[in-house]
Amino acid sequence: MEITLNGVNVQVEEDWTILDAAKFYGVNIPTLCYHEGLSPYGACRLCVVEIGKGDRTKLVASCLHPVKEGLNIHTHSKRVVNARKMLVELLVARCPQSKVLQDLASSMGINKLRFKPKNDDCILCGLCIRMCEEQMDAKAIGFVNRGVNRKITTPFDIKSEKCRTCGACIWICPACQLRCQGPDADTGLCSSCLNFSPSCLDLYEDAMCYMDPCVACLEDKKIKKKNENEKKLKFRRKNK
Amino acid sequence: MKRIKNSQDLERLRKTILQDKYSEKPCVIISEKSTCCYLSGSKEVVETFRKGLKNFDLDNKIDIKTTGCLGFCEIEPIVILEPKGIVYQKVKKEDVLEIITETILNDIIIDRLLYIDPVKGKKCKTEDSMPFYKKQRRFILGNNRFIDPLSIEDYIAINGYKALANVLYKMNPEKVIKIIKESGLRGRGGGGFPTGRKWEYARKAEGKPKYVICNADEGDPGAYMDRSLLEGNPHSVIEGMIIGAYAIGSNEGYVYVRNEYPLAVKHLENSIKQAEEYGILGKNILGSGFDFNIKISRGGGAFVCGESTALMASLEGKPGEPRSKYVHTVEKGLWNKPTDLNNVETWANVPLIINRGAEWYGKIGTNNSKGTKIFSLVGKINNTGLVEVPMGIKLREIIYDIGGGIPEGKKFKAVQTGGPSGGCIPESLINLPVDYEKLSEAGSMMGSGGMIVMDEDTCMVDVAKYFVNFLREESCGKCVPCREGLERMAEILTDITQGKATTKDLELLEELGGVIKDTALCALGGTAANPVLSTIKYFRDEYKDHIKNKKCPAGVCKALITFTINKDKCTGCGACVKQCPQDAISGEKKKPHTIDQEKCIKCGACFDTCKFDAINRK
Repeated sequence: MEITLNGVNVQVEEDWTILDAAKFYGVNIPTLCYHEGLSPYGACRLCVVEIGKGDRTKLVASCLHPVKEGLNIHTHSKRVVNARKMLVELLVARCPQSKVLQDLASSMGINKLRFKPKNDDCILCGLCIRMCEEQMDAKAIGFVNRGVNRKITTPFDIKSEKCRTCGACIWICPACQLRCQGPDADTGLCSSCLNFSPSCLDLYEDAMCYMDPCVACLEDKKIKKKNENEKKLKFRRKNK
Repeated sequence: MKRIKNSQDLERLRKTILQDKYSEKPCVIISEKSTCCYLSGSKEVVETFRKGLKNFDLDNKIDIKTTGCLGFCEIEPIVILEPKGIVYQKVKKEDVLEIITETILNDIIIDRLLYIDPVKGKKCKTEDSMPFYKKQRRFILGNNRFIDPLSIEDYIAINGYKALANVLYKMNPEKVIKIIKESGLRGRGGGGFPTGRKWEYARKAEGKPKYVICNADEGDPGAYMDRSLLEGNPHSVIEGMIIGAYAIGSNEGYVYVRNEYPLAVKHLENSIKQAEEYGILGKNILGSGFDFNIKISRGGGAFVCGESTALMASLEGKPGEPRSKYVHTVEKGLWNKPTDLNNVETWANVPLIINRGAEWYGKIGTNNSKGTKIFSLVGKINNTGLVEVPMGIKLREIIYDIGGGIPEGKKFKAVQTGGPSGGCIPESLINLPVDYEKLSEAGSMMGSGGMIVMDEDTCMVDVAKYFVNFLREESCGKCVPCREGLERMAEILTDITQGKATTKDLELLEELGGVIKDTALCALGGTAANPVLSTIKYFRDEYKDHIKNKKCPAGVCKALITFTINKDKCTGCGACVKQCPQDAISGEKKKPHTIDQEKCIKCGACFDTCKFDAINRK
């Protein structure tokens, strides 16, 4: 089966999802609620990609969407990258302590948090629930309530007999496994680590490469700026 | 009652019923058996009528027919006196005796019980003369008038189950699908997917058994057309479902209905039982060899369970949360089997199309939206009720001609269509023809058919906040954009209504809305930003007033308004002093009063009470 991945025609297996195809061809799509060993859930929406052509394109979750003959996929279009940034911003605002989220944020060039930090512990990705059910065969935890009140807990909030305290849920959790040490109390962002964003999207509708983390152009820009500054300095010195 | 063995048997039964029940006998039709009628006291009226007719020895000469909702909920309980068709509105039990002695016995019309058209001030004697009914085309809802919802015989008498007999005896499933496809019927639940194509996919899908589901989880605030159909004419929905099941090759059906609709459940249970007794449901339907059963499943009150995949999850006993539909439910739906799900109103359209033909049906409506649609017209409107109109009718006609305009001479501001995730359409678009495409283009949607009319006293930011808060609580919470995004939207909107927001927040709101629309998992999330985006689009100035000038032009947002007393107009009557719950108003008798702003909680009681227009709200 042939699909078009970021403008390149590639061969894929029929039972693959878009995410599988992207992974196989080395295109990195960020995910949070996805894990190879568990059934896909499609809740974090970070893995969205743009499919279709012309005016009739839409964003779909690549972890669930099956590949189809002739499917035209863009994994890093402006629309996709902007959507991912907003989603990460929402998640960091919910759980600023998560190193996984802080790293994601900085790798996407999120320098400002526009929402009030909530300091929650859980991003409700449901990995722990699926881990418990599918790999540990325990079904000790699950979602309760809906909407803003949704949370993960044992039935009736009491110690579950099904739970063997194996710790698999903690092992797989992207929010609590690594605590970020440095979020700035005021902004909720640590703003250190990586902090790159694909600068090519300022100029084009689609990213120019799929390096992860994206570095080169940003460095380029810095050099350019440096050169410009030096030129200015020279100019000023001359005119003095 | 013996089972109906074949289609001739059904026709014979129809003839007998018509002869027995529908002689030339006069009849009193009372809208009783619906939630809206019960609330207006219809039960007492019916009981008093029964007693009254007995007292006058008329109980053998005059029939009483108790029907479901007749649509015009504003004037319920409605009493119609046949054969003349005289309509009395808002009848109370005290009026019954007078109706019997005056109108029934002496043919004198009681003037004070007649409906007065609020626009022209004319009294209307019959339904035909009421502007509310004039522009409607009540093919679906109109039948409520002729049926006691608890009687299958009433339904059979108005050609009920004729379409079913036709389908079972004269058509193969492909023919049925062809007719529905040609009719152009589209899903009435909101999505607007062509029903015929859905059936075709379900028929062609591999896997057995196949399921048929009726979605009666109507949860939009202010919308109740599905409830009225289930309460008033449950058999039409059942007939539609059996025809659909025959077309796709299913033997098992479910009606997923809200637990908050106890009367609809009761009528439905009764109808299913009756249909089973008559051999219309169960094994060997009407002797055709086709089997089909319907089970009722009651929802637990989650709005999101109206979404098809969440509904199916709930039916399976799982938490009601949607899943991606990249593999459609017609291929893998309930228990991963091919499933066809349609809305109550869609099912009720099916017998009509079979009876009258696809060609006839295709003539009603616009190019891409065929047939009629029931809207529940509520809010700041004179004639509250359910209206059934042909697709393509202009908003103006619905609001002014049928709805009778805005009460108290206020100005029309906007109409919110499509339930909580629909959009607000401003006055400038009042000539918009109502169909699926046009509503979407205007940033709203058809939805299930809620239509909330707003007048000049409505603050659009407040409206957006209300709907976002509703959705934020009713979102299942599975995907990030819907759960987190709506929470943040509500936060920003609250800031705006409290005068704490900046212009940047408005930009953020728009950006966030776009992302929620783009990335949310299901249709609830995908449309959740509509109320915000559409109000920003059409009422940006009002948002700006809140943000920059810290004013609420409609005088709704409490943090942004103050109440003061105009000294020139105040007569010192003291009426407001009595109403104020905070004792914030003081002053000498017959001299202008003042409001203590420290104590004032801005409830507006003084504003509503003052007869001299002396309270300023700014």
